[in-house]
Amino acid sequence: MDYSNNALLTIGTFLPLVGVLIMMFIPGSEERTHKQIAIVTSGLTLAVGIYTLIQFDYGNSATLQFAVNEEWISVIKSNYIVGLDGISLPLYVLSMAVTFLVAIYTWNNVPDAGNPKAFLMLMLVLQVGMAGSFVAQDLILFFVFFELVLLPMYFMIGVWGGEDRQYASLKFFLYTMFGSALMLVAFLALFFQTGAESFSFEHLMSAGALIDHDVQVWIFAGMFVGFAVKVPMFPFHTWLPDAHTQAPTQGSVILAAILLKLGTYGFVRIALPMLPMGAHEWAPVIGILAVIGIIYGALGCLAQTDMKRLIAFSSVAHMGFVMLGISTLTTFGINAALFGMVAHGLITGMLFFVAGSVKHRYHTLEIKRLSGMLIQMPKMGWILGFAAMASLGLPGLAGFWGEFPAILSAYNPGFGLNPTLFRTLMVVAALGTVLAAGYLLWLYQRTAFGEPNPEFVSHGEPAHSLSAAGNEDHHDEIHDVSVVEWIAWTPFLLAIVVFGVYPQLMFKVLDPAVVQLVERVGNGIP
Amino acid sequence: MFATEALTSGWFLENAWLIPLIPTVAFFVILGFGKRMPQGGSEVGIASMMASLVLAAGATYQWIQRVQSVEGGSEGALGAIRGFAGSALPSAAETGHSAAYVEPVIRHWTWWQSGGIEFTLGQHIDGLAIMVLLVVTFISLLVQVYSTEYVKGDRRYTHFFAALTLFSAGMLIMVLAESMVQFILGWEIMGLTSFLLIGHWWEDGANSRAALKAFFTVRVGDMGLLVGTAIIYFGASQWAQARGSNGFSIQAISGWALSEGADSKVLMWGAVALFIACIGKSGQFPLHTWLPDAMAGPTPVSSLLHSSTMVVAGVYLVARLYPVFFVGLDILDTGVNLVAVIGGITIIIAAALAFVQNDIKKVLAYSTVSQLGYMMMGLGVGAWTPAVFHIFTHAFFKCCLFLAAGSISHSGSHHSFDMKKDMGGLRKFMPITFATWMVSTFALCGVPFFSGFFSKDEIIDNANHNGYTVFFYVGLIGAAMTAAYMTRATYLTFFGQPRGAAAGEHHDAHDPAHAHGEEHALDEIEEHEHVAEPVLVGAAVAATQGDDGHGHGGGHDDHGHGDDGHDAHAGPHESPWRITVPLMILGTLAVFSGYLNAPAVGTEYFTEWVEPAGVVVGAEHDESGAATHTDTEEPEAFASGVFGRATPLLAAEDGEATHSGGEGCGFEGPTEGVCYAPALSHAEFKWINTVPSILLVAFGALTSLWLCLGIFGDRKNPFKGLTQRNRLAGAGHRFLVNKYYLDDLYEKVIVHSVAHPIAKAAYWVNQNIIDGVVNGAGRSTKRTGEWVYRNIDQRVVDGAVNASGLVASETGHALQPVQSGKVNQYGALLFGAAAVGAIVLVLLNV
Repeated sequence: MDYSNNALLTIGTFLPLVGVLIMMFIPGSEERTHKQIAIVTSGLTLAVGIYTLIQFDYGNSATLQFAVNEEWISVIKSNYIVGLDGISLPLYVLSMAVTFLVAIYTWNNVPDAGNPKAFLMLMLVLQVGMAGSFVAQDLILFFVFFELVLLPMYFMIGVWGGEDRQYASLKFFLYTMFGSALMLVAFLALFFQTGAESFSFEHLMSAGALIDHDVQVWIFAGMFVGFAVKVPMFPFHTWLPDAHTQAPTQGSVILAAILLKLGTYGFVRIALPMLPMGAHEWAPVIGILAVIGIIYGALGCLAQTDMKRLIAFSSVAHMGFVMLGISTLTTFGINAALFGMVAHGLITGMLFFVAGSVKHRYHTLEIKRLSGMLIQMPKMGWILGFAAMASLGLPGLAGFWGEFPAILSAYNPGFGLNPTLFRTLMVVAALGTVLAAGYLLWLYQRTAFGEPNPEFVSHGEPAHSLSAAGNEDHHDEIHDVSVVEWIAWTPFLLAIVVFGVYPQLMFKVLDPAVVQLVERVGNGIP
Repeated sequence: MFATEALTSGWFLENAWLIPLIPTVAFFVILGFGKRMPQGGSEVGIASMMASLVLAAGATYQWIQRVQSVEGGSEGALGAIRGFAGSALPSAAETGHSAAYVEPVIRHWTWWQSGGIEFTLGQHIDGLAIMVLLVVTFISLLVQVYSTEYVKGDRRYTHFFAALTLFSAGMLIMVLAESMVQFILGWEIMGLTSFLLIGHWWEDGANSRAALKAFFTVRVGDMGLLVGTAIIYFGASQWAQARGSNGFSIQAISGWALSEGADSKVLMWGAVALFIACIGKSGQFPLHTWLPDAMAGPTPVSSLLHSSTMVVAGVYLVARLYPVFFVGLDILDTGVNLVAVIGGITIIIAAALAFVQNDIKKVLAYSTVSQLGYMMMGLGVGAWTPAVFHIFTHAFFKCCLFLAAGSISHSGSHHSFDMKKDMGGLRKFMPITFATWMVSTFALCGVPFFSGFFSKDEIIDNANHNGYTVFFYVGLIGAAMTAAYMTRATYLTFFGQPRGAAAGEHHDAHDPAHAHGEEHALDEIEEHEHVAEPVLVGAAVAATQGDDGHGHGGGHDDHGHGDDGHDAHAGPHESPWRITVPLMILGTLAVFSGYLNAPAVGTEYFTEWVEPAGVVVGAEHDESGAATHTDTEEPEAFASGVFGRATPLLAAEDGEATHSGGEGCGFEGPTEGVCYAPALSHAEFKWINTVPSILLVAFGALTSLWLCLGIFGDRKNPFKGLTQRNRLAGAGHRFLVNKYYLDDLYEKVIVHSVAHPIAKAAYWVNQNIIDGVVNGAGRSTKRTGEWVYRNIDQRVVDGAVNASGLVASETGHALQPVQSGKVNQYGALLFGAAAVGAIVLVLLNV
């Protein structure tokens, strides 16, 4: 491999730390300055990301670009190897964009506990972990970044979260730690099984395939648990609704948009190519659990009385489609999964933004008490409707291209996987799209349509329908989408449309890399 | 010297893709700038529909040219190449059919590709697509003009027009879809916009529930569309790729389905899955229940939804991919098939329901369901052309009927749709509405010389011709029932004594909700003129509590009418021109559109222009033909079609398959070349064959009239109050009023159980079992930790054990809902230690 030792990725990954360093020396009382620094830092990081996008050689997206290989911890033969290919690129840039937009959103939406200094510093550290995970090409390096993500999120939930934040944050932390422990064991087993030569992905991908079949299956099991917790897959998902519901809006958005993707990314990047036979054996299990997750998550949504918790459960269902795509071991399915990851990040991120803003205005997310949002804040209502439609997989919006191709790919799974099983899974997954329409539209009908709940209609006016509808300005508390919200949300909305209308934009980048990956998997399966 | 020269094309045909594009762009314009425009965006909508109509008309003209060029030119051009083609053609000319397969005008662009699977957008223009394009743009234009009057002053006037325009765009995208993916795109856009339009007055819970129901029910069917597309894709893929196409291409799917190697099992499952989608979208039994509820939308929406768009989509899908259904479901091969059965059942059960409706729009809604049943049944019994022709004629007269109903409510019955309460005797007040209604009713009932006669009778006739005797009788009974329920509706609306609002009483004191809504509207108008104030009317719901226990309100179609102050007190009167002109145009077409294909008077234009010939195409693969086509004037993209083949060379070996049983395309795979349509035959028109249906229609109408006079008139009659006196009749009536309890089954049993007990149970499992394991693990770890701490740590003073015990203790403790604060510090410590460790390692390394 050609290591250009280009510093671009290193800069892009660690730039947020510069902001953190500066913020350390400014007293916490200067909240405005901290917000400015955070926005500027994340903005610069994004600029580096966009520069990376420009510099990226799209004709060659199957090979690692901007690769760096420096000695790091030679005791354990781990090197600092970073690089970017078509699979990582979208997620890498997405993480930067999301952090930047969330930083903007924080401008006048600091969670209740206050202290924006600490909050924003944690967010920037979080960004380092996320970006690092997507560029790391060495297992130990990957693991460090992967774990680095945990702590800031733990504090974000634990300090700035809702009422039950302590429980939720610890559950999140420990559950993921539990997965990580198994994952680390699997990593080490992989390392020693391949002759303890190197932790680099490149080496492990070629050497891993040579491990005995049974050993592969066992190592895969360890990785499976680690990544499945992160995704989260049924039945390892129970930390997610709690964490999402209790997290501050910013936390929920980042969690949904990026953190969950670390798990699926791990499957695609590490587990599949390094342990092809293990993946092949486990694929039916992954497929079945994915589809259970789709239906189960949808049922969970239907049972919810809290808007944010409903959205959280919908993540379980949507990540089920992603995992179904991966489990088919086909180029088409994995492409769909990778697309679905980005689409889900944008759409569910958007839904969490709306939920956060609703909470901010109504101080509740209880579906029963919310209604007539379209009358009180028509723009917010429209955005919610838009995001709901995108989430239920309307063609022309991004969600569809994650969902439909995943269903399609299940008809013809790769490498001799049992077609009957996967076709059954396909039909059940299609049923999931119906349920998705059910819970999302039901949510929308109950919250956006109808008359506003009298308890949120400002004083002096009767519980009415008509005159207030014309002039929303009468409501002091319930105002429509604010400027800051518009700035933070517009890129999300645009991206949902752009990727929906022209999915080729992303598939073009993904496809060559995925083709190579599937080839690699195929070579490892006798 | 090749057929490409004879096959004319033209700008309109090549650029038919502009037809849906214009309204799509218009939608964004209206949404973005509509509110600032003088007419609130409606002018953009109307202009876009007009532009699309012009393009569609141009394309239609050029398509007819193209068809004729094949017929005219084939004897020369094709005859020269293929000796026997010439012998086949004259006989085709005798029957007036085009025996030549007219190559559709296909263009496509790659939308995106992934993993070797290509998704394309484009156009697939053939007779069927052209016909529906023309009808959709035409009806949409009229409906939009009508709406400018009907929803004038509505609070969401602009949004209404935006959604209406997008709705038409969705249908148009679907109609000229070149690939299944584009088809799904258009299909789903329609689903979305129907949600917006049906729920247009969403302040009222009933409306938003109806919108939800419509979207959700259709979505249940959509599952079949996704699965079916996947099945068909992989089935057709290999065949298609060998010919330079892919398994999404509609043309390739058609060719594959009729090819020899097509796997019949795959076709069967694909057809069944796709048909489930059609059942949902086209309101076929048993998923028809959303359609009548969709009446909650404004009347123009109902009229558009029920005439040419949305509900026709399912029928269109079957007609579009007819080879798949034809082979997959063994149409014409066996005495019975899924399409015909579902269609037949739908005809009867929907017609029966139309008898017990008091809401005029619901009568029409069930009538639509029933007529869609005819179309499906027609397709199911191999009567492709009559079924498609019925789409055409039905669009005009059904649209006209709905608009007439809207006109009545707008100007005659004061926003009520209750025939029993607020109508009667309206013929004197609304002559134009009455006349157009009558004409359309005749067309709907299949009275001779009106358009419906020529399409519906052909379906019935062909069912008999193709040996489907049972469905022949079903069609006849349905015809009689249609005549009967339309007579009832006509009688109640236009004859007898004016009642309620029709008699000029609109401020019903007994109906506070109604009075409130209306009063409010009037107050607003008096205070500030033409302010588009929202008028929320619970009115209609309460106003239509049927007197026969029909508790489900009917006329949800009230609307904020800022301008109606002038006529609100004036009693029933005729509607203004923007309503009557569309009515008259449609009424005229309800009479004359049937003559396009009226064998009774010797016209078969429709068959000629629309029906694809079931002949083998391209049996002799002529390399020189493929090479020379670039020299012709046609752009390569469309001339070559999908298959890189320039010329539809004809091999009319079985072009004259006049019997329904057994040979030609659709019955055996072509050994050479491709079939794109099954070879179908048509029943020869004989007046004698129409006698049963004419008699039954007359019988139905007269019986119904007699009953109406008896029940609703003044005369004493034994039928009066029969349902109250006779238990059996009462039970039957109740059964119908409750819509066979299907709604109860879906809503109260299935949806309710999924949404409540099942979802709750799943959630309970989640919280108590799956999560319980997690919490239990935490707790037991904690207990272990405590035990370790007490028994080991306290006794054996050992640093390492101490630490692990603490960790375990804290771990367990943490998972309890009650939380200790130490963990934060602990995590920080852990993290710090890790960081230090990393730094040490780095230093060691250096």
